[in-house]
Amino acid sequence: VTVTATPRRTAGTTSDAARKAGVRRLRRRERLRNVAFLSPWLLGTGLFFLYPLATTAYLSFTKYDGFLSPTWNGLDNWKFVFQDYPFFWPAMRNTLWFVVVLVTLRIIVGLALGMMVIHVKRGNSVLRTIFYAPYLAPPVAGTLAFVFLLNPGTGPVNTILGHLGVSAPSWFNDPSWSKPALTLLALWGVGDLMVIFMAALLDVPKELYEASALDGAGALSRFRHVTLPHLRPILLFAVITGVIATMQYYTEPIVAGQVASGQIAGSGNQFEPGYPGGSTLTLPQLVYNLGFQKFDIGAACVIALVLFVMSMAFAALLMRRGSGFLGAED
Amino acid sequence: MTRLPRPRWTHRRRRLAGSALLATLGLALTACFGSSQGGANDDPNADVTITFWHGWSAPSEVKAIQATIDAFEKANPNIHVKPVGNITDDKINQALRAGGPNAPDVVSSFTTDNVGEFCTSHAFVDLTSFLDKSGIDPKTTFPGPQLSYTQYNGNQCALPLLSDAYGLYYNKDMFAAAGISGPPKTMSELDADAVKLTKSSGDGYSQVGFVPDYHFYESTITHFGAQWAPTYFDSSGKSTVAGDAAIKSAMEWQKGLLDKLGGYSKMDKFRTSAGEEFSNNNAFMAGKVAMMIDGEWRAGMIDDSDSKVDYGVAPFPVPDDLASQYGKGYITGTIVGIASTSQKQNAAWEFVKYLTTNTDAVVNFANAIHNVPSTIAALKSPQVSQDPNFQQFIKIAQNPNSTTTPASPNGGDYQLVLQNLGYDYQSGKQSDLQAGLDDAAQQIDTNIAQVQ
Repeated sequence: VTVTATPRRTAGTTSDAARKAGVRRLRRRERLRNVAFLSPWLLGTGLFFLYPLATTAYLSFTKYDGFLSPTWNGLDNWKFVFQDYPFFWPAMRNTLWFVVVLVTLRIIVGLALGMMVIHVKRGNSVLRTIFYAPYLAPPVAGTLAFVFLLNPGTGPVNTILGHLGVSAPSWFNDPSWSKPALTLLALWGVGDLMVIFMAALLDVPKELYEASALDGAGALSRFRHVTLPHLRPILLFAVITGVIATMQYYTEPIVAGQVASGQIAGSGNQFEPGYPGGSTLTLPQLVYNLGFQKFDIGAACVIALVLFVMSMAFAALLMRRGSGFLGAED
Repeated sequence: MTRLPRPRWTHRRRRLAGSALLATLGLALTACFGSSQGGANDDPNADVTITFWHGWSAPSEVKAIQATIDAFEKANPNIHVKPVGNITDDKINQALRAGGPNAPDVVSSFTTDNVGEFCTSHAFVDLTSFLDKSGIDPKTTFPGPQLSYTQYNGNQCALPLLSDAYGLYYNKDMFAAAGISGPPKTMSELDADAVKLTKSSGDGYSQVGFVPDYHFYESTITHFGAQWAPTYFDSSGKSTVAGDAAIKSAMEWQKGLLDKLGGYSKMDKFRTSAGEEFSNNNAFMAGKVAMMIDGEWRAGMIDDSDSKVDYGVAPFPVPDDLASQYGKGYITGTIVGIASTSQKQNAAWEFVKYLTTNTDAVVNFANAIHNVPSTIAALKSPQVSQDPNFQQFIKIAQNPNSTTTPASPNGGDYQLVLQNLGYDYQSGKQSDLQAGLDDAAQQIDTNIAQVQ
């Protein structure tokens, strides 16, 4: 028994081991196949997201001017940006102001315009074109037009307000009014959100409005209990993309500041960042100024990382509270 | 089920793939963190083409620089120059870091502010050995301010390519109407004339004598401050703006005049309605302002425009206690250097030498674009425009008391700090000037430490 049992047990063990090895091979092949299918995404994410992110993080701890190789300087750049760089905190406050006020107002106005246009019986296509067209204007051209329209001395807006006896503000030349002026500019180009909201509003089943009307719901109640729940995913989308876009707010404030200040940089004549009084300075302007004009790349990377973390935190918070793009009811 | 053939990753292939990956990473890191270095080993007699980046873009300016290039090529038939115009300092900085075959060999910049950065980063080569080789003594070739703004800590990494001198433009008709016989020579006279020439209309002005607002055209603290001769830095590179009375006096004078003319708010509102500086709507050219500080190029612009202003030019007034130094002014200019990445530095030097030291080339180019020549010989040349207004700027450029803003390792950052203090002080946001200057000095030192 023992003589025959031993070879049989050995044969069984060999067969198990071979089967397990086969399963492992199969799994490994499946994994490789999956990785192969994922490779374009992995390559793209690695090259265009992870590698730049890791490089940015590394450079934020170095002294690097683009000429000589980076040298490790620990937390010096972080200390400089948070403690010694006078433009960082004003730029942070301005950026957060735009995130809260500009994003909120764009959504409210975009939604209001969308609702208005779909309820207009005649000429809604004309209205849609009128409200959408400014969105297509190049940002620099739009900003230049607004700066000239709102010029406190020669602009038509203040001239008209003056004739009406209204004491007009100095808009882009007054630190208290420059951000509201930029917000007006952003609201002028709200056509993108209007179109998205229009599509979402047309998607709300009419039966629900009819049923709620039969139940005695008023306009406000119908908006609150029928329209809003259906718009939730779109609202979330608008908030997240709005916050991310505002974190990158660069062209309009820098053009407005430069044109309104009347200063052209040159010898003995420095361009004033965030004119007037630093009120239009945003974090992306600092990234460009430090990184690509002063070539203090380490400090620029610190601010870039701050922006990245803020964007991620906003997006994560909103996604968590909004239960994803599908919304809680779906 | 069809099985796909399993890839055979042999040891050799793995090693090859690993090497390729490392090489790719190495190339990527080289691209990110470094640029190729050039040298001065090229044969200056070889037939070569060098690339010259400059900032001129107006047709008349492009024509003038092309004429200079043509004259150089005629004198040096083996060296061909490929000019690339409309280049800004941002583009220069980025291109010099990127390097590569299309990077420039010779680079000129309209601002002197980045010279310190170009020198300390070695983006431009030190020209001292080239100057020695060619037997050129910079001290006897270039005026003091021009030599000062083209070097940093003994590194002569650039040379002046024409200059700008600042003076006072005044409207002769307005002066006559106000009964003023001639341009002011001291700050007290300037204040009195400015008040006399200013006419209020409602809550604004119908005419302004002088606009001291720092946001107005060339009315900057560094341009005004030159009349008090500030030092900006001590010998160890530390900011002196807190202890040097010059900047404080200049700021106090500016604020005082602003108040005499009606205050900041009223003047700034006028400033926002003044036309664009570099257009025919310029407030002086449009007859809205009686006096302004500006460079020599303005005379050419007025003459070339349809402006009817009968203007005169004089040195900018000096502080009352420095009346004997009347005639001086702020000096700046265009600079030119050789990129350290250039493989044709000897040929590039021949071109730079011609541009900056050949008297005929300097004079002809200066006359063509209404700029002040930048060599001592060219300033004295009888070929320089003898127009009386232009000659005022020639005298300002030759005045031994004329000053400039010194080079700094972080460019014009110290000027920006002072400028921001000036904005706060003129608007009343900063009332304690000395406290502001103390903070400014500390900020300037902190910012310099950050880049060193």
